Amino acid sequence: MNPMNYVYLSAVLFSIGAAGVLLRRNAIVVFMCVELMLNACNLAFVTFSRMEGNLDGQVIAFFVMVVAAAEVVVGLAIIVTIVRTRRSASVDGANLLKY
Amino acid sequence: MNTGLTLAAEFETPSVEYRLLAPMLIVFGVAVAGVLLEAFMPRPFRHETQLGLAVAGLLAAFASVVMLAGDYSVAASGSVAVDGPALFLQGAILLMAIPGVLATAERKVDVGGVFAPAGSSTPGSPAERLLVAEKITQTEVFPLLMFAIGGMLLFPASNDLLTMFVALEVLSLPLYLLCGLARRRRLLSQEASLKYFLLGAYSSAFFLYGVALLYGYAGTVRLSGIAEAVSSEAGNETLLLTGTALLTVGLLFKVGAAPFHSWTPDVYQGAPTPITGFMAACTKVAAFGALLRVLYVGVGGLAWEWEPVIWGIAILTMGVGSVLALTQTDIKRMLAYSSIAHAGFILTGLVGTDAVGADGELLGVSSVLFYLVTYGFSTIGAFAVVTLVRDAAGEATHLSQWAGLARRSPVIAVVFTFFLAAFAGIPLTSGFTAKFAVFSAAWAGDARVLVIIGVIMSAVAAFFYFRVIVLMFFSAPAPDGPSVVVPSPLTTVAIAIGAAVTLLLGVFPTYVLELAGLASQFVR
Repeated sequence: MNPMNYVYLSAVLFSIGAAGVLLRRNAIVVFMCVELMLNACNLAFVTFSRMEGNLDGQVIAFFVMVVAAAEVVVGLAIIVTIVRTRRSASVDGANLLKY
Repeated sequence: MNTGLTLAAEFETPSVEYRLLAPMLIVFGVAVAGVLLEAFMPRPFRHETQLGLAVAGLLAAFASVVMLAGDYSVAASGSVAVDGPALFLQGAILLMAIPGVLATAERKVDVGGVFAPAGSSTPGSPAERLLVAEKITQTEVFPLLMFAIGGMLLFPASNDLLTMFVALEVLSLPLYLLCGLARRRRLLSQEASLKYFLLGAYSSAFFLYGVALLYGYAGTVRLSGIAEAVSSEAGNETLLLTGTALLTVGLLFKVGAAPFHSWTPDVYQGAPTPITGFMAACTKVAAFGALLRVLYVGVGGLAWEWEPVIWGIAILTMGVGSVLALTQTDIKRMLAYSSIAHAGFILTGLVGTDAVGADGELLGVSSVLFYLVTYGFSTIGAFAVVTLVRDAAGEATHLSQWAGLARRSPVIAVVFTFFLAAFAGIPLTSGFTAKFAVFSAAWAGDARVLVIIGVIMSAVAAFFYFRVIVLMFFSAPAPDGPSVVVPSPLTTVAIAIGAAVTLLLGVFPTYVLELAGLASQFVR
């Protein structure tokens, strides 16, 4: 099977994630969409690694996983504090800062 | 197509040049030591110890940057470049971080400091009242700041895109947290943190997908490898162009350039003010360093493709920043839009790619380096002044509250006027020299229309700075207006450093300009 198809798949996943960030209202879901984008990047890295015949892409995928995990720690901490303060995880609720 | 993976025949031990990496290692070491201090040090001694350790670490790291000057090579198996722009920007970040950390450590202006006693306590809850009554102060901010500074040192020095991505996250994650820890107006602060985090994570995902596509194009994430692939015109051009575009989006977001600027005003307004100053100065320096390296070293061969895009973004950024700043009623938001406008002016200098000075220095690079230094110090000073104008509810940031400030505190009004004059680019301030440098670089690079638009935009920008000056000096103060608090020596020193550098670089810019010229060559 042509490995380029996996690149197309990663592009589709990335676009779904990017659209989800813009369209969804719940901060947790928005955050999951960002994670989907990062995983789409991983898929692209691994596919290109296979196509190029070197291991760099696979190693990068591990780095990305670690970074994404660190991001989850910080992100969930921020979202949980907001939820406790406002009793809602909606990104529309956080609207004190504007213009 | 090659389907088999060629495993490395022999394992090569990666080399780590500790001497070349010393600035970053010192800062990260201090950050880790700070975390340990939080665990083992009794609470009453933590603040002073953490502050002393942080400042000592920054000075030591700066000393090691100075010792490395002129000694250019790549370190850590080629993933970190230690060259002129990297060392210049590392030195600048470390020097700006010192007033940044000092202003952050202020505890006299607001009893207990600018940070909430515990970020996890719900605003207004009994738990929070208990913590406030016990006068507990937050000291975890010092390790967080040091981790952010470490990431900022690595960001402009990273020679491959993986290192750059890791550095981007290392500098961003502590900043997301720091934004949400304000003692007053905690809802605003938490909202700023949430917005910064979600948009920051979104943009770093774009950055990463750009890295993935460039890896697919060149088969490596090393910038020199990408440059080779660009010059040999091998590979799939769609991957190259899309990858470069996505990568640039991620970097322009961090820089705060339009149309990726929308987070800037919200985050700058909501974050604790000393953090805003630190972030506005140091993040911008680090992000422009990385942008320069990607555009000049990585895809320098594509300059014909990206120059018009940067042109457009520079014009849009200057326009959005200058025009929207006119309509602001909050001083922190106004300074945020001013920071967007300045990002546009700096992008103008970046367009002068083929401008070469008398001694063979790259004018595009050296003018950007110089502008970043001047803008950073003025910004930290200006935000430190904002922390001093207070009423019962905390900082008085609404512009109407600043009316007649000169009658309450002539010194503070004059100092703030000086910073605003520097932002506006008035002669005898550093802002004038810096604007002159970037505009002449762009002029030499044949971007004349851009320079003319830039000059018009700086005139528009000057208008809203002068509006504040007029308000401070020629309006009657409101009867229940805010007062100007006398700070501890920490904030005073931070403001004094900002003002001194702004004046010195305005009157005697030659030395730093020459240094920026000498530091304008990248290693490849």
